[in-house]
Amino acid sequence: MTNLMGTETLIEVTYLIATALFVLSLKWLSSPATARRGVFAGEAGMVLAIAGTLLHHGIVDYKWVAIALVLGTVIGVPLGNVAMTAVPQRTALSHAFGALCVTLVGTAEFYLRAPDIAPFMMAVLSLEVILGSLTFTGSLMAAGKLQEILPQRPITYKGQNFVNLALLALAVGVAVILVIHPEQIRLFPAMIIIPLIFGVMLVIPIGGADMPTVISLLNSYAGLSAAAMGFVLNSKLLIIAGALDGSSGFILSVIMSKAMNRSFTNVLFGGFGQIQAGAAGVKEALPVRSATPEEAAGILAAANKVVIVPGYGMAVAQAQHKVREMYDALTKKGIDVTFGIHPVAGRMPGHMNVLLAEADIPYDKLLEMDQVNGDLPQTDVALIIGANDVTNPSARTDTGSPIYGMPIIDVDKARTVMVIKRSMAAGFAGIDNPLYYLDKTLMLFGDAKNFVGSIVRELSGGEH
Amino acid sequence: MKLDLITSLYVFMLAAFIGFEVIRRVSPLLHTPLMSLTNALDAIAVVGAIILAGEHKSNLAAILGTIAIVAATSNIVGGFIITDRMIKMFKSSRPKKS
Repeated sequence: MTNLMGTETLIEVTYLIATALFVLSLKWLSSPATARRGVFAGEAGMVLAIAGTLLHHGIVDYKWVAIALVLGTVIGVPLGNVAMTAVPQRTALSHAFGALCVTLVGTAEFYLRAPDIAPFMMAVLSLEVILGSLTFTGSLMAAGKLQEILPQRPITYKGQNFVNLALLALAVGVAVILVIHPEQIRLFPAMIIIPLIFGVMLVIPIGGADMPTVISLLNSYAGLSAAAMGFVLNSKLLIIAGALDGSSGFILSVIMSKAMNRSFTNVLFGGFGQIQAGAAGVKEALPVRSATPEEAAGILAAANKVVIVPGYGMAVAQAQHKVREMYDALTKKGIDVTFGIHPVAGRMPGHMNVLLAEADIPYDKLLEMDQVNGDLPQTDVALIIGANDVTNPSARTDTGSPIYGMPIIDVDKARTVMVIKRSMAAGFAGIDNPLYYLDKTLMLFGDAKNFVGSIVRELSGGEH
Repeated sequence: MKLDLITSLYVFMLAAFIGFEVIRRVSPLLHTPLMSLTNALDAIAVVGAIILAGEHKSNLAAILGTIAIVAATSNIVGGFIITDRMIKMFKSSRPKKS
């Protein structure tokens, strides 16, 4: 008996240390200089907590636990080694796995305990299972859209919001019945199936440009469902880890929504797709000025200060390594080159930073929107690669524009603006960008990777 | 039981506050690694799944627990690997050894 008590205390101590390591892990992530230490702290905490759990006296069957741990590792290793361009869909997929784990545990706990479940316990269990199921299918849908297995364009239909709200209300209704009558075991599957459908319906109307916000929200839900599971299992470690993940996802969602000047409800209950479809309807052909790679290289070489604004188009064209070559060529000439990163550029928070860091561009050259906006009036050339809406000046001036009020990178304040773009076709959002018709703007038509490659050839050719 | 619950609520509230304060300070440079790291940490849910599968109180619980372990472990392993890969890529232009 004393031995048993000793083991229980030991397990609790490993959990306590693991919790401290998790908090330190996130604290050290605050800057690139200490971030690796943060990852090690997280790993150490995780190993400790799992080792502690394996000592649990109630565990009688180690065989399946061992097989599952090995199988999870076998699946996890390739998921950890995907290409950097596939990180958004990998992240969405991992939210789905996390939610799956939580939902399965919640389901098992219900059938072990029913019908003898106290109202509060049933309430958190319902929260766990509902959030878990909707995050599972929602994240799978997001991953499918990001991997382009599913169509990226928003799919909308009449009465969509009504259907979604009705589904959610139905799931909550079932939960309420179960809280009052936990003996109605037959109702439980409905509390899983309805949110599973809701998760699909929730993500169907969301387009690629909204993915950063949606991934952050799903991250938050995954965290909250894990915290709810902590309440069910009375595990402080899990409550804390879930609360940390939940608040992280929440903060990121807030940052993303602010960067688009939209509210959560606006992202989730859409309208973006519809408004834009309308805006794309009226289009007039205005004259634009275009330039060749030689001309572009000449203008860049004559500049003192260049700001590059990358967007999702750079990721699609896999142009980041060519951009790095251009960065090198310009820096060698003594030109000051920095990057202006909009918070929602790309498909998830921080997407552009990771791609540029992978291409070996020093992180102190990657500036946030506010920093770079202070520099732009003194900038000779602003070069936009595969970004569109985040540079659209009508967000500042045109109250009728669907993106009015969204903070943008003020590229139009630079002396010359160059835009690498495949064609004049309206971008994802379908909103016309008046930037392209300015006298100071040069359109560089072509594939981002090829065009930047040509600029690099011109720049290095001029050197000899 | 009731006391446990109240304590748990306190723990949740305090952890959420700490989460806000700590994560607010994470540089936007690292928002992608932040998401993959919190995802890996969140997979600590594996602890609950291990107990479920290991205790084998019912066949259903053992089966669901085993699948849950696989899902969570793949998040732990994959999450830490990719976070570390991403963070290793961030280099400063100032040649400073630390």
